[in-house]
Amino acid sequence: MKKLLLLGVLVALLAAPFFLKPYGIYLLTLWVVMTIAAIGLNLTLGYAGQISLAQGAFVGIGAYTGALLTTQGWPLWCAFVIATLLSLAIGWLLGYPALRVQHHYLAFVTLSFATLVFLMLRNEEWLTKGVYGISGIPRPTLLGWSAKGPVAFYFFCLAILALVSAATWWLVRSPWGRAFTALRENAMRADSLGVDTRRYTLMAFAFGSAIGGIAGVLYAPLVQFIEPTAFNLNLSLNLLLMVMVGGSGYFLGPFLGAAVSVLLPEWLRFGSEGLYLIFYAIAVMVLMAFCPSGLLGLAQRVFRR
Amino acid sequence: MNPVLEVRGLAKAFGGISAVNGVSFDVHEGEILGLIGPNGSGKSTLFNCILGQLAPSAGQVRIDGRAITGMRPCQLNRLGVGRTFQLLQVFPQLTVRENLILAGQEHQASMWSRLVGRRDAGLGAAADRMIEFFRLSALAAEKAAALSYGQQKLLDVAMAFMAGPRLVLLDEPAGGVNPTMLAGLRERLREINAAQRATFVVIEHNMEFVMSLCTRVLVLDQGCIIAEGTPEQVRGNPAVIEAYLGH
Repeated sequence: MKKLLLLGVLVALLAAPFFLKPYGIYLLTLWVVMTIAAIGLNLTLGYAGQISLAQGAFVGIGAYTGALLTTQGWPLWCAFVIATLLSLAIGWLLGYPALRVQHHYLAFVTLSFATLVFLMLRNEEWLTKGVYGISGIPRPTLLGWSAKGPVAFYFFCLAILALVSAATWWLVRSPWGRAFTALRENAMRADSLGVDTRRYTLMAFAFGSAIGGIAGVLYAPLVQFIEPTAFNLNLSLNLLLMVMVGGSGYFLGPFLGAAVSVLLPEWLRFGSEGLYLIFYAIAVMVLMAFCPSGLLGLAQRVFRR
Repeated sequence: MNPVLEVRGLAKAFGGISAVNGVSFDVHEGEILGLIGPNGSGKSTLFNCILGQLAPSAGQVRIDGRAITGMRPCQLNRLGVGRTFQLLQVFPQLTVRENLILAGQEHQASMWSRLVGRRDAGLGAAADRMIEFFRLSALAAEKAAALSYGQQKLLDVAMAFMAGPRLVLLDEPAGGVNPTMLAGLRERLREINAAQRATFVVIEHNMEFVMSLCTRVLVLDQGCIIAEGTPEQVRGNPAVIEAYLGH
């Protein structure tokens, strides 16, 4: 049943762009990109239990790295490698405060980092062009296949999502994934069983951030124009919402959470005039109040009965 | 022959309160040492100082002659030191089997090979043996959260033995465990002690459990050792009676 449902979703994802208008394809591609970013945060927060309000900043780092390099004529795969390594290294460094503080204190540390990145993107005009942003970001051509059109670029992003999902699936089912879960559930006990909790904490931040960077590299050619406000705290909070609404620590949580965050407001927009954001906010509040483990947690509870 | 565990002049103060006050003792291979004392006598603080959970204010700890003071708990575990905590410390969202596999995995080869090498590397079979040994077979696939308190306590102890430790410090293993399960736990500990020459230090308030399991007993009161000897010697010691009964 579960496999059949997943197969149906996959077929729908492959067929959908052929039935949608350009704006619909754009939204679906945005869902793919945000799902990737949320997968990264789900690794850091959902599996390893380390709160981060900085995931949007890593999407920004990835987006600016990609935009700066590809507008200078660098191929997109180079931008992927450099943005991933850069986000990995910065994410690793951001993990150090988590060795000393936890929970809301850690949230504030990561929030400060997100603000710092936003200010850098806005103020360091020599590099980022500040509030004027970077325009004309090209879409890639791979081995003669052009991903410039909306459908082709959607499939390109979908392929990257498949790769990121497979790698994350592999990771969370490995002994490293088990150690991440141990870190989330009881760090003191994990430490006493030989789990190097310091190293796993840093890795959780580094891997989650690197995936955020990958999402950013895709975001830049999707919108083809980036400016700092796209990566302010709102994006980090939105990504956090995606993880929580989908189901923190569930593999499919980010897919569902990103769908709620990206697609639901657009769907509610029809027929509700200006009230759609109020409906959306109420729906999210009700869900969080009655099922803090998210939609997948709710589904698990329902099917267990 | 070096003792497995040497503690010399260990002290820990919290502000003006001296929780452990210059404690020294040795534990030899294969020994089961009981550590008893009234509530607040410093037993758990002593454990936490030995095991790197707390930084001692003074003193030295050696394992097999090697100074380990200041080492982190995960480093100590890799040197063959296992422990349990006073309060339950299992991973509630993992199954019994996963809890045990986790308890042994960090002793398997390098960190990198744990990611790219064989997922199980024999740990599944080792976990199954441990499950059978601790009579938890019917619960192997259950999440730890679904187990009763006593069953979780057994799992907690079993986890401490997954990596085949040389020295295990057990903090109140009998707390909240029913008499039947407790007899089983005592038997399991005796079997491991006899088969592997594993060395134990046991903090416990259940005197019957301590007296029937331990080969030697240390009594702690107000952070100091006030008596030491066989269970029989300690039972009749006036200082111990004074510390427990206050007269």
